[in-house]
Amino acid sequence: MQASSHIPHDVSYLEYKGKHNGLLSWILSTDHKRIGLLYMYSMMTLFLVGVVLGLAMKFELIAPGKTIMDAQDYNAVFTVHGVIMIFMIVVPGLPAVFGNFLLPIMIGAKDVAFPKLNLASWYVYIAGALLVIASLLFGDGSPDTGWTFYAPYSFKTGANMLPAIFGAFVLGFSSILTGLNFIVTIHRMRAPGMGWTKMPLFPWTLYGTAWIQLLATPVVGITLVLVALERIFGIGVFDPALGGDPILYQHLFWIYSHPAVYIMILPAMGAISEVIPTFSQKHVFGYKAIVASTMAIAFVGYFVWGHHMFTSGMSGTAQYTFSILTFLVAIPSAIKVFNWISTMYKGSINVQTPFYWAASFIFVFMIGGLSGLVLGALATDVYVHDTAFVVAHFHFIVFGGVGFAFFAAIHYWFPKMFGRMYDSLWANVGWIIFFIGFLALYSPMFYLGMQGMPRRYYDYLEQFHAANILSTLGSWVMTLGLVIIIINLFRSAKSGPIAGKNPWNGKTLEWTVPSPPPVENFETIPVYHEKDGPYEY
Amino acid sequence: MSQAIHHDEHYDAEGSKIAMWLFIFTELLLFGGLFIIYSVYRYLNQDAFHLAAEELNTTIGAINTVILLVSSMTIAMSTSALQKRQKGTTLLLLGITLFLGLVFLVNKYFEWGVKFEHGIFPGSEHMTENLSQGEILFFGLYFVMTGLHALHIIIGMIIIGVTVAKVSSGKVHADRSALLENSGLYWHLVDLIWIFLFPLFYLIH
Repeated sequence: MQASSHIPHDVSYLEYKGKHNGLLSWILSTDHKRIGLLYMYSMMTLFLVGVVLGLAMKFELIAPGKTIMDAQDYNAVFTVHGVIMIFMIVVPGLPAVFGNFLLPIMIGAKDVAFPKLNLASWYVYIAGALLVIASLLFGDGSPDTGWTFYAPYSFKTGANMLPAIFGAFVLGFSSILTGLNFIVTIHRMRAPGMGWTKMPLFPWTLYGTAWIQLLATPVVGITLVLVALERIFGIGVFDPALGGDPILYQHLFWIYSHPAVYIMILPAMGAISEVIPTFSQKHVFGYKAIVASTMAIAFVGYFVWGHHMFTSGMSGTAQYTFSILTFLVAIPSAIKVFNWISTMYKGSINVQTPFYWAASFIFVFMIGGLSGLVLGALATDVYVHDTAFVVAHFHFIVFGGVGFAFFAAIHYWFPKMFGRMYDSLWANVGWIIFFIGFLALYSPMFYLGMQGMPRRYYDYLEQFHAANILSTLGSWVMTLGLVIIIINLFRSAKSGPIAGKNPWNGKTLEWTVPSPPPVENFETIPVYHEKDGPYEY
Repeated sequence: MSQAIHHDEHYDAEGSKIAMWLFIFTELLLFGGLFIIYSVYRYLNQDAFHLAAEELNTTIGAINTVILLVSSMTIAMSTSALQKRQKGTTLLLLGITLFLGLVFLVNKYFEWGVKFEHGIFPGSEHMTENLSQGEILFFGLYFVMTGLHALHIIIGMIIIGVTVAKVSSGKVHADRSALLENSGLYWHLVDLIWIFLFPLFYLIH
């Protein structure tokens, strides 16, 4: 065992080898920064698989009737697209990548509370991902239930469900372990003097997220186990033929999976809350309101799951209770939007790539959020339920919200992570193409849904043709933008100009350490004084 | 190991205990899902649950309850023994705990075995032909919940096994006792869940 002081402070985490070389120095490293990048590379690979599946779906829908695949293949493609994107990308995404990389630095710690457990979570994540992918390659056909695994079809279908269900369970376990690690880290390892009201907002949202991960994931875990047992042994719990109730499955599934939406969006909001003050060069407006609304979203988010089931069979009382609660959860989200806008007001706005992403985040997030109210209201939900409108809504939130925040975050923290700056011109070109493609891809689905086009069909009536063509074209434009962004980042990580310690003049702690950060982050642990705050400009 | 470099000085007993409590929350919620399902179906099938519960052997259930309670006591005593720096007593008490866990599993094995002999297991012909839907649900839940609990006993025993190794090699001692305390907490959780399972399946008629 070496003592801490044996690691020189001028060696960055990218150069420091530890005991192993090459790949081993990454996959055996317990350095939170290396684990963050491990997650990033694995997620990027899986994300590209998900994108290809999404493109295939949009290509199928370019014309009515069969274009490139039949109904069964289409079912499999949207199921796997959903499972990959939800369970492997957007749920773990921001916490696992940016949370791991930045949480310890932002609160002034050398690492997370349990570094070995942190590495173990990555292995559990990979195991879950491999299981899901195995369901595609082996057995009697790819899963075809949709990512929700609704009973009774999920245990009646002949497709290869078990690895996919078990994979989702394992991925949940990884998410629990990460959440647990973050809660303990935040409670125990904040820099001296950094009280709860001095913690930056991104760690705050990670804290709220970690609690949801911890308290909601086990419920879906046991539910998925029950579906698996139902398939293997026929225990009857969700099987109407044996007295079980499939609606109970839906309740248990959404008790987790609705809070999971807030697992996705809270860290995204946290990242945006970091980007906007930095590029407005101004103290964040209403710090306490943002914190309170974060915790309010985490809390109220538990009690709205029934709005996924308005048409499944529920009592009237249950319906309007869930509807009212759904409207309530919109309030803290709106508070955040007002806070971001007010932060910009009278700031010295520095229009850079991360700011473009953050501003477009607010735009798409508001469209996504307001269309959510259409679905949360009973009368309109019955009309648009299970149509393309729903697909448009959640892609605006999940991809528009989380995806845009992810790109804002990567362009914001990139110089810190790699010590190099990217090419701003190409980054901006990538952003605008992506943004236009995104709007062209998903906006027509609102219209299609209102016109009555159902979701999850590989075929449609001729009257929906024009809007579908626009949507498919949009998917190509968006992918072009994505390719530009990724190539630009990859090239810049290798050969971009060297970035300084603090290229954006940010005020949070990660901008006080060298880029890329040294292995132990801080030479001496920073101390917060009475007057210090995270955003003092 | 490279992690030793960062964290050889970082030992946070309070932190590990918080982590264990958080993990226990997740376990409670895992079983919480099952308890919800149990209460819904019990409410919907009161007579059938009553009938099916009479099939279960209350004596074996009661014996197993006592076994687990005693094992919880022995592991709690082992923690005190470690604080008093009595390594031998600590190991003995942990050994007794492991043994009691094993006895519980053996009882469970015979109990399940008898059910299987009578044709009571999920998907059996006897169940689908002769039992009502409520009874099928009761036994389905019985096997899932006691099975999952037995799995937790096994996990608990593995954790205690690791603790035994670390106590005897001297890595866990009076000033560094978080691992033993955490395995104790986990074992109490396993015990606590049984305290709910026992009345729900065996005692309520």
